[in-house]
Amino acid sequence: MSNHITPTTVSELVSAVRDHPRLLAVGAQTKPRLSAIDDDVMRLSTLKLSGITEYEPDEYTFTALAGTPVREIAEAVAAKGQYLPFDPLLLEAGSTIGGAVASGLSGPGRFRFGGLRDFILGVRFVDGSARELRLGGKVVKNAAGFDLPKFFVGSLGRFGVFAEFTFKVFPSAAATLTLRLPVSDPTKALEIFDTVGLSRWEAEAVDFLPTGDAVLVRLAGPDEPLQILAQEIFRHFPGEILSATAADTIWSDLRELRWTTAENSLHKVAISPNQVPALCIRVSSLSGDAHIYSGGNVALVSLPAGTDATSLGLPALTLRGTGPLWTLPPTPPAIHQAVKLALDPADRFPSLA
Amino acid sequence: MTPFLKRLSAILPTDRLLCEPQHLSAYESDGLTAYHARPIAIVMPETADEVIAIVRACHAEKVPFVARGSGTSLSGGSLPVADGVVIALNRLNRILSLDPAQRIAVVEPGVINVAVTAAAAPHGLHYAPDPSSQIICTIGGNVAFNSGGAHCLKYGMTSNHVLGLKAVLATGEVVEFGSTSREQIGPDWTGLFTGNEGLFGIALEITVQLLPKAECFHTVLAGYKTLEQAGDAVSAIVASGLLPGAIEIMDALALEAATAAVHADYPPGCEAVLIVELEGPREVVAADRVRLDQIIAASSPVEARPARNATERVAIWKGRKSAFSAVGRLSPDFIVQDGVVPRRRLGEALRRIGEMTREAGLRCANVFHAGDGNLHPLILYNGKNAGELERAEALAGRILKMCVEMGGSITGEHGVGVEKRDYLPDMFNPDEIDCLQRIRAAFDPLMIANPGKMFPGGNAPALTSHGLHPLEKAGLISRE
Repeated sequence: MSNHITPTTVSELVSAVRDHPRLLAVGAQTKPRLSAIDDDVMRLSTLKLSGITEYEPDEYTFTALAGTPVREIAEAVAAKGQYLPFDPLLLEAGSTIGGAVASGLSGPGRFRFGGLRDFILGVRFVDGSARELRLGGKVVKNAAGFDLPKFFVGSLGRFGVFAEFTFKVFPSAAATLTLRLPVSDPTKALEIFDTVGLSRWEAEAVDFLPTGDAVLVRLAGPDEPLQILAQEIFRHFPGEILSATAADTIWSDLRELRWTTAENSLHKVAISPNQVPALCIRVSSLSGDAHIYSGGNVALVSLPAGTDATSLGLPALTLRGTGPLWTLPPTPPAIHQAVKLALDPADRFPSLA
Repeated sequence: MTPFLKRLSAILPTDRLLCEPQHLSAYESDGLTAYHARPIAIVMPETADEVIAIVRACHAEKVPFVARGSGTSLSGGSLPVADGVVIALNRLNRILSLDPAQRIAVVEPGVINVAVTAAAAPHGLHYAPDPSSQIICTIGGNVAFNSGGAHCLKYGMTSNHVLGLKAVLATGEVVEFGSTSREQIGPDWTGLFTGNEGLFGIALEITVQLLPKAECFHTVLAGYKTLEQAGDAVSAIVASGLLPGAIEIMDALALEAATAAVHADYPPGCEAVLIVELEGPREVVAADRVRLDQIIAASSPVEARPARNATERVAIWKGRKSAFSAVGRLSPDFIVQDGVVPRRRLGEALRRIGEMTREAGLRCANVFHAGDGNLHPLILYNGKNAGELERAEALAGRILKMCVEMGGSITGEHGVGVEKRDYLPDMFNPDEIDCLQRIRAAFDPLMIANPGKMFPGGNAPALTSHGLHPLEKAGLISRE
């Protein structure tokens, strides 16, 4: 397409930003609504800015260019017995680390140690004045300067073009165990969310399935203790341990969003656990489906094409389909535009609306 | 009374608007005691509305303000501005709500860090960030400086536990960032605000996440003949795939101080003590401790002492957390430094700190979060001896530059404040500092919120406790 430009180096990236008055960075476009904007905006593909530039397993850190497929990173750290605790989505679909940051999308595993925002350490980016900047740091602990790396999580590339990130990783657990707990309704799912959240079990993930008939609990740790914890959980909530193969399949299906259809719109919704039953009723009334995870703090909602996601009445980001990109406060605080102007004085990147 | 003070007196009763020298002097300094500055007034609001009115008055009159909690900042973050006011937030100390099912609490900025955990404890929950000053420091200060603690490798810093906040910005605008959800839509405004060092405004309500208190702990204290051996033990633990809640090291001088202050008992003849703590479900800890104990046994300690009960665990941590103030027993003055190096270079960093300390003719105790490479050299000096403060500050500066050279940071958890503002250019180039300045200006175009902090060459220089400041010598400013 003529309105694409694909830099192969960071210096080409800087030039591309300088040369184009209207610009938006795109990755693998696995979340197409995020880059669905006017045709006169130049799309800057990060796909040739790819690769892990530093990986120090002993430091629990890696640095990768923005267009690096998340799958490549997950495989590289797994080879050293480590993992990405924020549990990125759409690995097989080819999503990039830049897209993961821009969308602020984390997966079921975020329940244990937090989401993508909790593992990003540093960023190298090009601001609206075409300056290449590095903020944050490359070590696991750093408090120097404002936390721009965190701010960029969920910012949809509206404040700058990402070149590279540094992240924290953790050692992988020796084993995982997935429990399937059948539930009759969302209220029961909420009871499990609350019980697991307060428990001693330290679950890695707690998910209410899109099928609406079961909650999955994923435990991670040394092998034998997990069996004991599982039996204890079953005393509260009857269920079964999934075979390793069945568990891999079901988590992979959730991670790759295979429960959704391309025709439907898809939305990330930020919720609190006590809003889960009401959200389920609303989604059902709209003939949609939802995968509610992280103990009831995140929902991915699939709705029939043309449904207005604002009717969910919750903060939402549209990943696929039409409609508003994200729900914004009716009157955004003045500071939103002031920070946008600080980073992008010439309005080179698309507006926040 | 100036028009500005008249305006403040319309907001607050006279007993909460302090202008007398004897009152002002109590607020002249914070945890970085080498610096003093006397503000024109101290205001003590009791409600968020009063804070908003004060900030709006400051904005209207272009008067600088410094928000202050318990004044424990080690980087001079709450050092007053000589022509400004100090907004003391200690009376905004209410826990507004605590929801055990959702594991969140909404607190005012003056709530003491450990009070959040105390309120959460009956529900089996706790607030994870645990700076050493946690029994006195406030959540508002923790948010402003993105405070850390001993458990950051596993649990992160303050920003990883703040879900949302309501704040009054330096412009007087009142904003709400984030929510009660652990997820968010749109840019992470909460994350940007946390760690702003008081340069954006004042947090009025802070929503924090609470975590279940770990069921079981296994805390080991191991003494080593050399720092290198302790460092090697850390490397072995990290390489094993274990993820301890905390990995701490204290050197011989820090041990001497802790022994003197809280009668901590350490294995004799050790140059370093390592503290490692596992936590989790009892079955998991039981499995992990077998591996940890093997690793420590193989690391040739002089002695390894696992805590046999909760009392012994508390004693281990008491010695560690008292180390900063305990150094006061060894020296009339000291600087608590805070830098980060890549973990694998800890041994090299400590050797170089030792060499630089000897060159400076000073003593330096080392306490550090070994798991995340966060060093806390405690530089001992006597401010009454001519030139010692300058030598101590020069040594601190050399240590910070070394941290940057090694690929680390000038601050892991204390913030830049006034103390390290001249070293910010060692970490960031002029364009990057300009970017930070632009963001600061978006929040505070008049530069009235905590001016003189974070950025080099700030406004009025702070006075040091050693001799007269150049401006005093010139007769431009004076102390009462």
